Amino acid sequence: MSRLPITKTPKVYVGGAFIRSESARVFPLADAAGHFFANVPQCTRKDLRNAVEAAAKAGPGWARRTAYNRGQILYRLGEMLEARREELIGTLVHFGAKKSAAAKDVDVSTDRLIYYAGWADKYEQVLGNVNPVASPHFNFTVTEPMGVIGVLAPNTPPLLGLVSLIAPAIVSGNTVVALASEKFPYPAILLGEMLATSDLPGGVVNLLTGFRQELVPTFATHTHLRAIVGVANAEERRQLKLGAAESIKRTHLQKAEDAIDWFAATAQSLYAIRDTLEFKTTWHPIGA
Amino acid sequence: MSVNFPHAALARLFDEVGPVDCVGIEERVAKYTTRSIKKASKLWGLKMAVSMVDLTTLEGKDTPGKIASLCQKALRPHDDPVVPQVAAVCVYPSMVRHAKKHVADSRVKVASVATAFPSGQAPLKTRLGEVRAAVADGADEIDMVINRGAFLAGEFAKMQDEIAAVVRACGDATLKVILEVSELETYDNIRAASFLAMRVIREGDFIKTSTGKTTLNATLGNNQVMLEAIRDFYLDTGTAVAMKPAGGIRTAKQALQFLIAVKETLGDAWLTNERYRFGASSLLNDLLRQIEKERTGAYQAPYYFSEAAESY
Repeated sequence: MSRLPITKTPKVYVGGAFIRSESARVFPLADAAGHFFANVPQCTRKDLRNAVEAAAKAGPGWARRTAYNRGQILYRLGEMLEARREELIGTLVHFGAKKSAAAKDVDVSTDRLIYYAGWADKYEQVLGNVNPVASPHFNFTVTEPMGVIGVLAPNTPPLLGLVSLIAPAIVSGNTVVALASEKFPYPAILLGEMLATSDLPGGVVNLLTGFRQELVPTFATHTHLRAIVGVANAEERRQLKLGAAESIKRTHLQKAEDAIDWFAATAQSLYAIRDTLEFKTTWHPIGA
Repeated sequence: MSVNFPHAALARLFDEVGPVDCVGIEERVAKYTTRSIKKASKLWGLKMAVSMVDLTTLEGKDTPGKIASLCQKALRPHDDPVVPQVAAVCVYPSMVRHAKKHVADSRVKVASVATAFPSGQAPLKTRLGEVRAAVADGADEIDMVINRGAFLAGEFAKMQDEIAAVVRACGDATLKVILEVSELETYDNIRAASFLAMRVIREGDFIKTSTGKTTLNATLGNNQVMLEAIRDFYLDTGTAVAMKPAGGIRTAKQALQFLIAVKETLGDAWLTNERYRFGASSLLNDLLRQIEKERTGAYQAPYYFSEAAESY
């Protein structure tokens, strides 16, 4: 007996739930051969606002976890990617990647999660400090997560670009609202499904799909986002910097027109973790 | 007689005041959440909602200092002068005199819960004493709880006599009668209790949904039942009773939906803080956030606003 096709409705992962856009808008996604694949949520600035609320709610609990526990959970996320490796590769191929390139995208993404998982209980030792001062004080510099971070993923590589930006932000206790690749949003939908099964508390990572033109201005002006990291073109960078100046947030933007090698060893770094940390220096008198 | 047969007494009362169509009410209020209120009308609604807030703190840990902060917030919710003052501060009786000091020269009223709030389980004499003490300390408004036990036992006369006694104890102070809807359980009971209360209070007195101290508080559904009771009572008698939903209204969006319910059920005459209030603490900050969003176009972080009462 022939079966009816079971088609999937892609939904975005926000606040630990799989949701449609509040606007009910979608945009059609075609595979490499140009055939209709699915309708993907076309998220609005209200979805972004709701995602920020979800991220803000999840923030304190996530930051209170021990560094060790955050590392374990990132590692677990790596395990989830590894377990669904074939599915991810198949999806990337379906949207036009060569088999070998797709495998590399998935494998490096997984390795990148493991890399940052390892840093979870180590970055503080490197970035924090006991400072020498000319008075009878201990002088400490310690790091703190910033809060809610906006992530603007590049168009390619669809999975690795997103993972490379999210992982260093959340490892220190930040929470993230990320806009997935506009051209290849489907891997982000799958990543959401893996996040949901990785022990990561709901709301720590919120993934939106939609049009950059509609959403970047709100990323820029939303005062609850403490930093924006990601890739942006010249016009977007201008908007983001203006908005960031108004709302006093940090920006760490790479240029979309530059050729960024996401696979290189230099694409993962302690300094990516530092980008979403604040430093606090404390003076403490030395007792008699 | 009715003491032994509360169901019979309730059934007679339902016949008298008319039943509630539960499904109809739910359908009706579901529609309120689909109204699109934007730009100028949204800003108007937000400001209206601010002016209707009874800024509330009802905690065992309230101190005169916390009441002082609450009053400052009530007098000047935000540095933007377009934001109006709230309607009242709502406190425990022992805090009335502290609150009065701060708001005496303003239009902000002092409301006090009384009558052994929230349970009401104290002798009538004690409850009336509490009301008189609060009024003597300067309370402009008294929020009382009804005797739910008497209502559910079918002792309606007892319940009404107690409300009437509190009305007398209030003197010039406005009375708000808390039905505590979560303990009345059905829409029919809420409507019936609303009528019993309205028959003994004065024009301008309030009926109020809940204490905020139980699990279920104000919802669009029970708000609607009470608004329709007020409407029917007004059409019958010409006496305009005011309404106060309390508890569980935390967001500006919810507040606007409640205002839509008021506008579409009772009309513009009730869109004033003389006739409609929100009993709330965290709602005020969300209203301010949305007003600021309308002004600047940018979504606001909650920490840009002075501490909300819920953190007290």
